[in-house]
Amino acid sequence: MTQTRTAVALISGGLDSMLAARAMLEQGIRVEGINFFTGFCVEGHTHAIRSRDRGRPKRNNALWVAEQLGIRLHIVDVSEPYKDVVLNPRHGYGHNLNPCLDCKGFMVARAHEWMLEQGYDFLVTGEVVGQRPMSQRRDTMPVVARESGAGDRLLRPLCAKLLPPTLPEREGWVDRERLFDFSGRSRKPQMALAARYGLHDYAQPAGGCCFLTDERYSAKLADLWRSRGRRDYELDDILLLKVGRHLRPRRNFKLIVAREEGETRFLEGYRKQFTNLTTVSHAGPLALVDGEASEEDLVLAARLTARFSQGREAPRVRVAVARGDGEPRVLEVVPLPAAEIPKEWYL
Amino acid sequence: MSRAVLDARRLLCPLPVIRTQNRVRQMVPGQQLEIRCTDPGATHDIPAWCRLYGHRVLEVRESDGEIAITIEIVGDGAPGPG
Ligand code: SF4
Repeated sequence: MTQTRTAVALISGGLDSMLAARAMLEQGIRVEGINFFTGFCVEGHTHAIRSRDRGRPKRNNALWVAEQLGIRLHIVDVSEPYKDVVLNPRHGYGHNLNPCLDCKGFMVARAHEWMLEQGYDFLVTGEVVGQRPMSQRRDTMPVVARESGAGDRLLRPLCAKLLPPTLPEREGWVDRERLFDFSGRSRKPQMALAARYGLHDYAQPAGGCCFLTDERYSAKLADLWRSRGRRDYELDDILLLKVGRHLRPRRNFKLIVAREEGETRFLEGYRKQFTNLTTVSHAGPLALVDGEASEEDLVLAARLTARFSQGREAPRVRVAVARGDGEPRVLEVVPLPAAEIPKEWYL
Repeated sequence: MSRAVLDARRLLCPLPVIRTQNRVRQMVPGQQLEIRCTDPGATHDIPAWCRLYGHRVLEVRESDGEIAITIEIVGDGAPGPG
């Protein structure tokens, strides 16, 4: 009897990694998924913060994929060690602050460690040659295999036929003929394969698997580093960058203003850690001050908060200001006219 | 029956699931774990995760913005190729 071979599949929650894992199941391989939480991940819950997105599924895509495939999923919190990938990428960044090549190397290396620890035979990813300008080029594929330590135990079923045979293929654990030769940015072959497998409901994230490929998000992250005079972050910092309007009227502080109820609820959880403002004479958003604000700065912050409240046209608006969980005091201010908010303040 | 409690309040998804997963790994079949959390996403994710491993969800309670999910460990639940 032939031995059942086992593989760890990187599951991002998107279609490609789902197909790659499925292709292995088709060949009788036992598969377990692994998924990494970096802090920058785009997933259902992030959208669900905003009330208007409530209708969307709140599911975690990676868990969903695992359930569709009928495999177990191991989720790893890598948010701490991942900082080094974002802050010091050896291969640099893509169009935005996305260090894709280092990121792929990091994740494959982690998955490889898990593979060795747990005794799996090989590793599977959903990479496709030429799909991403940085991490999924023909010439960078060997870089990921080499730097991660996975070497030829790393199999990419979706484009395996375009790459040299890996150990699982040479050993006959998987049949190379039943693997694929997908390349380029077209999504058609993947969609056709999904249809063949009977998979109809899957996430198709625009851009990439994380916020670092987002231009606006990257601009906010760059601003955070600039304003603090050092490149560093905490998990809360990067979660907050996903939420609200961010305005920087002065170098020493920025204002995070909830755009609607769901965001207000989310920011409430941070109220105690920040100087915070809420309008009391009119309905309005919660705003947090990130940085050290002087008395004069707080008046400006209050006028801005008033600007985004129902009282924006009122002659005066009363705004409660509190430092962390200290006693709030009320400032009466004139809402800042839209014309006096320079575009550059918006991050 | 003793019931272990996991405090995952204020953590955003998927962190409550990750903490649950890591705690369950140290438990044995038949034991119960109550996970306290505040992110409503956990009411989807934790049961979804349990379904993958065959653990049983005994109860999901919500009050005052706090959620308590009680699960029972079934089978080995251990990772690995088995
Ligand atoms: S898009 Fe984000 S998660 Fe995906 S490879 Fe690039 S940096 Fe990593």
